[in-house]
Amino acid sequence: MEFTLKTFIFYGFALMTVASALLVVTVRNIVHAAFSLMVTLFGVAGLYVFLQADFLAATQVIVYVGGILVLILFGVMMTSGHFEMPRQIKSRIERGQLLLGGVVALALFMLLLTVIANTPAWKNLIDDGTELPPTTEKIGEFILAGEFLLPFEVVSVLLLVALIGAALISRKEVRD
Amino acid sequence: MTLQHYLVISAILFTLGIFAVLTRRNAISILMGIELILNSCNLNFAAFSRFVTPSDDINGQIIAIFGIVLAAAEAAVFLAIILAIYREFGSIRPDEVDTLKG
Repeated sequence: MEFTLKTFIFYGFALMTVASALLVVTVRNIVHAAFSLMVTLFGVAGLYVFLQADFLAATQVIVYVGGILVLILFGVMMTSGHFEMPRQIKSRIERGQLLLGGVVALALFMLLLTVIANTPAWKNLIDDGTELPPTTEKIGEFILAGEFLLPFEVVSVLLLVALIGAALISRKEVRD
Repeated sequence: MTLQHYLVISAILFTLGIFAVLTRRNAISILMGIELILNSCNLNFAAFSRFVTPSDDINGQIIAIFGIVLAAAEAAVFLAIILAIYREFGSIRPDEVDTLKG
């Protein structure tokens, strides 16, 4: 693989995604973690662009960065006056939890790496750089007039149910 | 770029999300971990759609879009539950919320 501008940008996005995801799970201030999450989501959107998934990248930016992240920030600001988590690790239980979580996560990562490296069908699949036409029209056809019509309707009902449920759960209870 | 590049990035995101879910002591941080996991999953769908199936087949991308919709619904319900819990307990540390009856 020759080192072109495209690969340079790809590694930039990859580094951005991974580094900011690392910040999300390590930084103590929740608001900082939320903004790192924003960088991660933008990085994933950039990777979608490299996968020629233009509509998916736009959806990622609109829904995640514009919707979910704002929701998370609202949640942070409505629930806790103090954003910093305590500096020193207090109890033995907490230290044990950190250690155990780290071991489990590391073991899982090693397992995934082994699978990725050793599956024969996934080897030598190189992006040949063919450019696809924009996918939006095709996705619209698939969803509104194709085989994904039923899942589309189901997921819209699910979204409605979830939003009504969320409004019901979070409202103040009026007792009379 | 090969498929494995994307799979490794996705594996890193997934692992970090699992780590956050297991070790964070604040419900909103746990939600961020879940979002990382869902993102890694969607990235996998898009990557396999690009590399494994023929190039005019975009079913994987459509599944990823459904995944984003589900993530949005999940985040809304999660935050509603967090608000209700905060009103009831005055805290959103998961280990302090240990009674079912209000």
